[in-house]
Amino acid sequence: MLVGDFLKNNAQLFPKKTAIIFGRRKLTYEEMDVSANRLANALISYGIKRDDRVGVFLDNSVEAVVAIFAILKANATFVVINPTTKFQKLGYILNNCRMSGLIADWDKFDVVSPIPETAPSLKFVIFSGKKKDSAEIDPNRFLDYEELLKSSVPKPPPLKCIDQDLATIIYTSGTTGVPKGVMMTHLNVISACTSITTYLENTSSDIILDVLPLSFDYGLYQVLMAFKVGGTIVLEKTFLYPFEIIKTIIREKVTGFPGVPTIFALLLQLDHLKDYDFTHLRYITNTAAALPVSHVKKLREVFPHTKIYLMYGLTECKRVSYLPPDEVDRRPDSVGRGMPNEEVYIENEQGERVKPGEMGELVVRGSNVMRGYWELPEETDKLLKPGKYPGEKVLYTGDLFRMDEEGYLYFVARKDDIIKTRGEKVSPKEIENVLYRLNEVLEAAVMGVPDPILGEAIKAVVVLQKGANITEEQVRRFCAQNLEDFMIPKLVEFQEFLPKTETGKIKKIGLISKGE
Amino acid sequence: MAEKKYIEEKIRKFINQTFLRGGETNPGLKDHTSFLEKGIVDSTGVLELVAFLEETFNITVEDEELVPENLDSVSNLVKFVSQKSDQAKMD
Repeated sequence: MLVGDFLKNNAQLFPKKTAIIFGRRKLTYEEMDVSANRLANALISYGIKRDDRVGVFLDNSVEAVVAIFAILKANATFVVINPTTKFQKLGYILNNCRMSGLIADWDKFDVVSPIPETAPSLKFVIFSGKKKDSAEIDPNRFLDYEELLKSSVPKPPPLKCIDQDLATIIYTSGTTGVPKGVMMTHLNVISACTSITTYLENTSSDIILDVLPLSFDYGLYQVLMAFKVGGTIVLEKTFLYPFEIIKTIIREKVTGFPGVPTIFALLLQLDHLKDYDFTHLRYITNTAAALPVSHVKKLREVFPHTKIYLMYGLTECKRVSYLPPDEVDRRPDSVGRGMPNEEVYIENEQGERVKPGEMGELVVRGSNVMRGYWELPEETDKLLKPGKYPGEKVLYTGDLFRMDEEGYLYFVARKDDIIKTRGEKVSPKEIENVLYRLNEVLEAAVMGVPDPILGEAIKAVVVLQKGANITEEQVRRFCAQNLEDFMIPKLVEFQEFLPKTETGKIKKIGLISKGE
Repeated sequence: MAEKKYIEEKIRKFINQTFLRGGETNPGLKDHTSFLEKGIVDSTGVLELVAFLEETFNITVEDEELVPENLDSVSNLVKFVSQKSDQAKMD
């Protein structure tokens, strides 16, 4: 079984069933399958082979979903890139995995068009959306999505992959500030989808609302899982206007609503939610950061017929645990237990399994555990270590946990300083690296500070060079030009100096509340 | 009409200062530019925007009004605020 089979199988079983709803557009499984076949044939005709990497640099859209399945059908590996990624990082990712092709939006032409000069592996860019009229567009390198679809045949190309091949590489923030590519094989993705859809009891009658970006694994898997069970995905470009989302849930009779704490915090600010009928909403899921107990309570008042699943995971194995809805009252601060077909345990620093109640590092064992970080063997070896049987690798999460007698997990702390804001992981180092590129900046320290909506808000504390003059707004503007939107510091503070440890490292703890 | 112009100036100034941080993709904000389509505002930005409207124009934005028809471009915002202000005067 391969990930691309999710679409193919349903196109055979329920060709006329609605696979995706995006705004006013509704497409059936058959229509999606035919489009993906056409695009896959186009990719192959432009030189895409088995194991090649092809990027998807699109906003959430029908085209993004078609692109993902087309890349799989072309026996290649898809890499979804956050659409707010700026030129430098985009170039880094493209070169890091030596991408052969990229699918982007015509709107992003100015960001993307200089890329082929700096990324020698890139053979072509396919642009979707409203075509740009320009005589300067090189027709061999820059292709139009609609034209390719029209000129390619709908016959499925021959499948050459096996489930040990890479289905996707997902770039994630690393503590070093340089993004790392998480390699997921077809088997990894299918295992994670199977475990999750098992505990969520998904069926083909599910209608799942996805407001999360497809570049975020939580957003991506909603589409994959909906397609796995033959359900319908209601894809939104983003979560922006809260009442619009409520209207969509009601209009489309949504049965599953995945979110992150920021989304639920925004929704719960609406006063009249109780007046609406949400009886069709079967479940809500939360992950990426803990949902405050008070919000769980409020969600249950607003959605009394809906099961609320609290979950925890990391990209390196997709998901670790879920708290069954009927356990929420008994263990409100637990992130739940391991998924079906997955083992979780806690080890101390001596590498021994600890007793219930004792703290240690969480270890994950299962087919959902990644194959490693793309071309980073040393980084990979820090997380993937030998398991029970020869050749087996298990994942050391870097998160400190306790487990109770019944196997429920309780988060204690992270070993690194990664910030979680709006459910996205952000490396402070990546932002500091950008700040240091400003001539005015002598020193910079970035940290997360508690925020009721964002979970953590990003705060940058900056020391300026002698005589230098720059405003908070200018610092934020520079960050906006160089970082994805969710990485732009919400707070910028200027200080005379930064406190240091004896070894000269910046002490961030004291800076979190300073000056507020 | 003068009032509409005042509303528009205030709104543009706020959007420019708060959201358009000189990003590479947003050289100019046209009247009908969709914030959603162009990624100008994010979900917490909508809250900031609503707080700004309520404070500056002394109006109350209801739950049901948190929709793109009211909030998703400069022209939609100007229309929405003008209507709300007129309503407030009649009340």
